[in-house]
Amino acid sequence: MFRAFRTVLMRDITLAMRRRTDVFTTLFFFIIVISLFPLGVGAEQQTLRFIAPGVAWIAALLASMLALERLFASDYADGTLEQMMLTPQPLAVLVLGKVAAHWLLTGLPLVLIAPLVGLQYYLPPDATRTLVLSLLVGTPVLSLIGAIGAALTLGLRGGGILISLLILPLYIPVLVYGAGAVMASGDELGNVQAYFLLLSAFLILALIFSPWATAAALRISVE
Amino acid sequence: MKQGAHANQGVHVKLNLFRFASPAAFYPLAGRLIPWFWALALPSIAFALYWGFFHTPEILSEQKQYYRIIFPHVGAAWMSMWLYVVMVGWAAVGLVFNTRLSFMMASATAPTGALFTFLALWTGAFWGKTSWGTWWDWDPRMTSELILLFLYIGYMALQSAIDDTRRADRAAALLAIVGLICVPIIFWSINCPDPTQCAALHQRSSLEHVERNILVAMFVMAFGFWMYSFAVILMRLRNIILARERHASWVMQLPEVGR
Amino acid sequence: MSFQQWLSMGGYGFYVWAAYGMTALLLAGEVLYLIQQRRARLRTLRRLARMNRSESR
Repeated sequence: MFRAFRTVLMRDITLAMRRRTDVFTTLFFFIIVISLFPLGVGAEQQTLRFIAPGVAWIAALLASMLALERLFASDYADGTLEQMMLTPQPLAVLVLGKVAAHWLLTGLPLVLIAPLVGLQYYLPPDATRTLVLSLLVGTPVLSLIGAIGAALTLGLRGGGILISLLILPLYIPVLVYGAGAVMASGDELGNVQAYFLLLSAFLILALIFSPWATAAALRISVE
Repeated sequence: MKQGAHANQGVHVKLNLFRFASPAAFYPLAGRLIPWFWALALPSIAFALYWGFFHTPEILSEQKQYYRIIFPHVGAAWMSMWLYVVMVGWAAVGLVFNTRLSFMMASATAPTGALFTFLALWTGAFWGKTSWGTWWDWDPRMTSELILLFLYIGYMALQSAIDDTRRADRAAALLAIVGLICVPIIFWSINCPDPTQCAALHQRSSLEHVERNILVAMFVMAFGFWMYSFAVILMRLRNIILARERHASWVMQLPEVGR
Repeated sequence: MSFQQWLSMGGYGFYVWAAYGMTALLLAGEVLYLIQQRRARLRTLRRLARMNRSESR
């Protein structure tokens, strides 16, 4: 089973590497959104420092969601997805492999570029570190939950907007606690650990339930 | 001998229940039920209105006449949440038993649920403006109603975006179930954005402190809304059946069609 | 108290009636819409039935 997971993971990464622009578009979308806020809201230090956690997290949500369309689309189009569903390997494992690849290619870059947010928004080093860590724990949850939406909207026109409509409400807890963690790190009385415990709990729950729900959604969409 | 007879009875009962699981059998039954639900709904709402406007204590004074908004507000809020659970229930039945009618019930429930959610938000805004001074203030209950509205709309959007009826029904059903599972987590995170403390504007009020007459009007109106929901959802269900089953011969032989 | 007084709801008339008004509007509207939808669907079905009958002659 682990070999199946690894095979799918490596395959998706290899395919993505051949079309590297896809990876970068997500990243640059994030950077552009981050850069737009100071232009729209004004570049006053206090304000920016205050809105940074929310802005960074919302930008991460949106970027993550845009990339979801591609999760199953190309495999669906060329029939690979049906083949995957016919193999004896549990579909949930294969799904987990695809989602892992998706996160490595779209979520992880956001985690790595997050210090840029700290720079542009005048965040103290503590807050920046908390931001990076919260994104590290939170973006996989976004990929996992988003996969369900991607599976449900397979092949539909208006896919991207439709996914957003379906998935954004489900993203709310991650947003609340992810941004909350960064805000709490600025507070001396803030209990950052509690936030991370919650985010980790979400991650574990998502790891257990989401591949299974995504597999069910795929069967509904493809049969 | 006895055991055989019992087994027979069990099968007989089971068949009976599933008899109504076909659109053809349920359509006329629904038609007969609808007037009864109207008979329950309209008097209840009328009574609640009368009680709420004329039998609630003026002790609450001239200054607090706005509290009458609470009657439709609470009823709509309760219905919005209850109907979502009902919708998910039918969706789950549909996925498990593969019965077309269950999915049709879920689809019939959604618009009414969304309507009550909007009403909860609308009346809530007027309630907020009069009792707290603002139209909206992101308090956990109202924010949760907003999220619920998104969940309803997502369900309806997904269903209408998929052309194949079977796939549409099942995809929307799965979405609704996922939504229901996430709802407690979402509501909880809105209520307790700081894990160490939870706060809410609504939490101050608890039902024990509410005057009896107000409670009566509130519950009766909620009941009226509930009966209304039954009536309206069954009406919508019959329309859905007429549309989806139009190629079936029993539809052509309906008295309202065959002339 | 007079009808005028009652209508103004202690000064909160606008709010109370806006809330109740929208409720009445939407609930009644839903029912009317469904009645109209039913009529439209029955019309379509009758047309279909007529077509079937004329085809089978």
